Amino acid sequence: MDEILKVTGLSKNFGGLAAVSGINMNIMPGELIGLIGPNGAGKTTLFNLLTGVYEPSEGLIELNVEGQKKQIGGMKPYKITALGMARTFQNIRLFKSMTVLENVKLAMHKNAGYGVWSALLRNGKFYNAERWIEEKANEYLREVGLYRKRNEKATNLPYGEQRRLEIARALAVQPRILFLDEPAAGMNPQETDDLTKLIRHLRDKYKLTVILIEHDMSLVMNLCERIFVLNYGKLIASGTPDEIKNNEFVISAYLGEEM
Amino acid sequence: MGQFLQQLINGLSLGSIYALVALGYTMVYGIIKLINFAHGDVYMIGAYTAFFVTTYMGMSFLPALLVCMIVCGILGVLIERIAYRPLRNAPRITALITAIGVSYVIEYTTQFFMGTTTRTYPAMLPNTSWQLGPVRISYLQMVIFSVTIVLMILLTLVIQKTKIGRAMRAVSADEDAARLMGISVDNTISFTFLIGSALAGAAGMLVGLYYNAATPLMGMVPGLKAFVAAVFGGIGSIPGALVGGLFIGIAESMVVAYGSSLYRDAIVYAILIIVLIVRPTGLFGKNEREKV
Repeated sequence: MDEILKVTGLSKNFGGLAAVSGINMNIMPGELIGLIGPNGAGKTTLFNLLTGVYEPSEGLIELNVEGQKKQIGGMKPYKITALGMARTFQNIRLFKSMTVLENVKLAMHKNAGYGVWSALLRNGKFYNAERWIEEKANEYLREVGLYRKRNEKATNLPYGEQRRLEIARALAVQPRILFLDEPAAGMNPQETDDLTKLIRHLRDKYKLTVILIEHDMSLVMNLCERIFVLNYGKLIASGTPDEIKNNEFVISAYLGEEM
Repeated sequence: MGQFLQQLINGLSLGSIYALVALGYTMVYGIIKLINFAHGDVYMIGAYTAFFVTTYMGMSFLPALLVCMIVCGILGVLIERIAYRPLRNAPRITALITAIGVSYVIEYTTQFFMGTTTRTYPAMLPNTSWQLGPVRISYLQMVIFSVTIVLMILLTLVIQKTKIGRAMRAVSADEDAARLMGISVDNTISFTFLIGSALAGAAGMLVGLYYNAATPLMGMVPGLKAFVAAVFGGIGSIPGALVGGLFIGIAESMVVAYGSSLYRDAIVYAILIIVLIVRPTGLFGKNEREKV
């Protein structure tokens, strides 16, 4: 099978600082990928490059779009999103004054299938499209267990639920690749455990490829099939959880020696 | 008492027009944090468009209104494309000064082509009025109220219930996050200018009929007053623009009736100064800390 995402020699410099440099990655459809490394290693920068927030200084990001390789590095974020990439944010960025349901509906913008004129004329097409959006949005909210809270303001949700709402909103983009930036941050062990199950379930149900940044090693080692380790902007190792756990570079750079 | 009620009606009809213009200020500010000083001139173009299509093409009221809204909507989109979009990442003061420049360009281009003579409109609406107890309401005032109310309801529906409205609210809350949820920020901003300027076009036609006059500089003072109305209501807030517009209109009418017509402009600026001292965020404004 062909890879869904292929990264070659990817670098990003801020002034003289190389935030990430020379990254190569091949990601297969349906994989659960973990991206780990110490703080400041360039994990979020790499996410920002892949989702179009930053333009790469060097290198290629190729996405497999219906069998065709498409270079997406430097494209506008909303176009990259339209090609099937969606993400959540490390520091939660929900639209706080909107309701839970509206946050999800918003992400279905490109799939809403009606134009400005239909919206102004409020014709049948508009009502059908809005009904479809509502149904789909409710489905995603049920998946993450927030359906009963759909009419609350996003800002009133507890922290763990805001994280899950971010996942529902990313699902609503109907992505092929889902990027999760520290989805378990601030969660207790029980919540982390539920989240692990949720991510695996969503991957299977929606046939997603999932790439996640996480510091919680129990989640990463339980969930991810392949792990990439970043340090000082460079990829220092990649492999299965067992390989990573026993890799001496990774142990000295990040995981720490056993006492 | 009769005099007071009559002035209230006059103030409300004037205020409706300010409210329509104030909405454009507030929507544009809400989405790109720019005070669009050319907005009053879009309203002037609305009045001239109405003059053109009614005088030379013999259009009746409703088609003329529609044409005014379309022409001004397109003008608003063009202004944003040409003057503001290249400055999207420039300091805010740069865009503000550009807005003042755009305002002059529109005013004097109009003056170049149309001259400075005051244009008047052919009779389009019946000259009737109704006596309701002590109050007299003219046909035109009724039209102004109805048009304003219908446009306000449409605007609220678009913003609250459609995907483009959701996109507008999302871009105004967090531009980067909206972009990553698949929203084209450029198109959303264009749409905001389209709607805001179309409302100004409608207001321009209504005010042209109300005073039966269109001049190239007619947008300056009402533009400033609508801006004050938006600040009074809390700039960025849509209900605020409505309330602010009506309040300014009533205040102006009352001052003319009970004080002196010399103070009709002064009262508006006095309100601005008081709002800025007492409650700079306005009536419905959010207390937003300025990021340094």
